[in-house]
Amino acid sequence: MKRYMSLWCGMLLLLMTSLAHADLTIEITKGSDRATPIAVVTFAEQGAQLPTDIASVIANDLERSGQFKPLSRDNLIATPSASSEVNYRDWRAVDADYLVVGKVGTDGSIQYELMDVYGQERMLGKVINLAGPDQSRSAAHRISDEIFEAITGIRGAFSTQIAYVTSQGVGENIQYGLQVADADGYNSQQILSSDEPILSPAWSPDGQKLAYVSFETGRPAIYIQNLATSQRVRVSSFEGINGAPAWSPDGRKLAMSLSKDGQPEIYVMDIGSGNFQRLTRSDAIDTEPTWAPDGQSLVFTSDRSGGPQLYRYELGSGEAKRLTFTGNYNSRGRFSPDGETLFMIHRGSQGFQVAKQDLETGRLVTLTNSRADESPSVAPNGTMVIFATQQGGKGVLSAVSADGNASFRLPAAQGDVREPAWSPFLN
Amino acid sequence: MHLFPYAKHLAVAVSLVVMAGCSSTGGTQDGSMAGSEGAGSTNGGASSQGMNSGQVGSNSMGMRDGQQDGIPQVRTIYFDYDRDTIRSEFEPVMAAHAQYLRSHPNANVILQGHTDERGTREYNLALGERRANAVQRFLMVQGVSPSQLEVVSYGEERPAVRGSSEDSYAQNRRVVFDY
Repeated sequence: MKRYMSLWCGMLLLLMTSLAHADLTIEITKGSDRATPIAVVTFAEQGAQLPTDIASVIANDLERSGQFKPLSRDNLIATPSASSEVNYRDWRAVDADYLVVGKVGTDGSIQYELMDVYGQERMLGKVINLAGPDQSRSAAHRISDEIFEAITGIRGAFSTQIAYVTSQGVGENIQYGLQVADADGYNSQQILSSDEPILSPAWSPDGQKLAYVSFETGRPAIYIQNLATSQRVRVSSFEGINGAPAWSPDGRKLAMSLSKDGQPEIYVMDIGSGNFQRLTRSDAIDTEPTWAPDGQSLVFTSDRSGGPQLYRYELGSGEAKRLTFTGNYNSRGRFSPDGETLFMIHRGSQGFQVAKQDLETGRLVTLTNSRADESPSVAPNGTMVIFATQQGGKGVLSAVSADGNASFRLPAAQGDVREPAWSPFLN
Repeated sequence: MHLFPYAKHLAVAVSLVVMAGCSSTGGTQDGSMAGSEGAGSTNGGASSQGMNSGQVGSNSMGMRDGQQDGIPQVRTIYFDYDRDTIRSEFEPVMAAHAQYLRSHPNANVILQGHTDERGTREYNLALGERRANAVQRFLMVQGVSPSQLEVVSYGEERPAVRGSSEDSYAQNRRVVFDY
C-alpha cells in the first residue's frame, strides 16, 4: 500500500496563505414571498468597539436563508439595546414578527435578545464572551444560528464553511486554486494552488479534512488534506481516473470512481487499512458516488442505460437499482440530511439545472432556471443547496433554498469559481 | 491495458482501420499549418488553427507523407457531441501518429481526453477518457505497442478556448497527442 499512501509533506505546490484576497460577495437574486419579517437593531457599543457590525452580519445571514426578510435599517423606528427598552407596539406597527436587540459590553462581550413581537415575549437572551475581536464575525454567525433555530426549529448552518475551486486563465496557462471560506464567502483561504486541475473537494464528516482530486503529477490522484495542519496523503493513484471522492457518514471509508479496470467503476476504500473494495461491475461509466446519510447505500451516476442516470447501490444486497427516469440526463446526486430527497443536475427545458427528486414518490422538480448548473452540495441542515453556474461567461457559485423559493449568488471579483462543497456542522 | 472489453468497440476499431487504410493514401501536404507553433506546444495554436481552417477540411490537416523523423504536426483531433467515434477526416492524422509510433518504438505519447463544459465534471472526466481510449484502441489496432500509449482524461478541466458557443464547444471536444 505504500505506493498509494505515501505521505506528502513536501509542500511544493501547496501555498498556504492567510490573506483573504479571493473573498466572494453575496447578491440576493430571489427572495421568498413567505419570508418572515424580522427587525435586527444595530447593536449598541458600550466602550468596546468591534471590527464587525454584528447586527448587519445577522441580518444578512437570516436574509440569505430565504426564510427571513430583515427590515431595512431605515425602517427601524427605535433603537433599543435590551428587551426592557422595547415597546412592542412600535414593532407591530412596522410589521416585524420578530425583533433582535443587543449590545457590546465594555469587556467586548456580546449580549443579545430575541423577541416575539406578537406574543410580546422574550425567546432568547444570551451573553457571548469573545476570545478576541477577530472572533466577532463568528460570534455573529453563532447568534444567527441560535435565532434561526429558536424561530424555525431547524438548526442554523451559518457557522459553516464552503470549499470551492478557482481557476484563472485558459489553455496551457490556467492556475487552479482550492479555497475554503465562511458560508457567506468571507475569510477565504487558499489551501492548494496548482497549474494542473483540481476538482471534487469533499469534506470529512468531522469537518477537519478535505478529500479532492489533483492532477499535479500530470495524472489524476485523490488526496486527503488536514485543514489545520496542511498535512496531506495521496490515497489513490491508480492508472486512469481516480475521481469523485465521497466520505462515508462515519468518516472511515472513501467511495470513489476508478477506471483501472477499463471503465470507471465505484470503489470503496477503507481509509485506515488502505484496502479497496469494488462495488460496481458494468461496461458503462459509473462515477459520482455519494453515501446515503444512514451509510447503508450509495447513489452514483451511470450511463449503463445509454445516458447518465442515478442508481442506488445497496451495500447489504450488492444490488443497484435505477432511481431517475425523468429526462435523459440526471447526474451527481446528493442526499438531503434526512435521506428522503435527492438533489442532482438534471437536463431540463433550459439546460443543466439543479433539481430534486422525492425518493418516496419519484417526483422530480427543477429548482433553478439557469442553463449550466453543476456540482450541487447540500447545507448540513438541508435548507439550502449551493452549486456552480455561469453568469456573464464566468463561473460563479449560487445557492437555492431546498424549496426553490429563494436564491443568492456568490460572485468572485475575478476568475472562475466552481465545485462548491458545503461543510458539515463545525461546532 | 485494454483488451477490447466489448465486441462493439472492436468492430468499430476494425472498420476504422479499413477506412483509414483507404483514405490515408491521399494524405496531402499543406504548408499553411502553424507548424512552428505546433512543434513546442501540445495544443493551443496549432489545434485552433486547424479548427478555424474548417472543421471538415480534412485535406488541410497538414499531413506529410513519408515524414519519418518528425512527430506529426497535427496533434489534436476533434469529436462530435457525446461521441467517441473518430471522425473520418482525422483518420490521416491517426494513421500518421500510428506510423510515427511504430517507427519510433522508444517514443511515448499521452493521449489527453477532453470534453466541452456541458454536464457534470466527474462524468465529463469519464467521457474524456472514453474518447482517449478510442484513440488508443485505434493506434493499437494499427500496430502501436500499448507500452507507448497512456491515456489521461482532463474532462472539461482544460478547455482550449473559453465560451459557451457551439464553436467553442467543438474546439474543446478533443484528444491531444502529448509527446
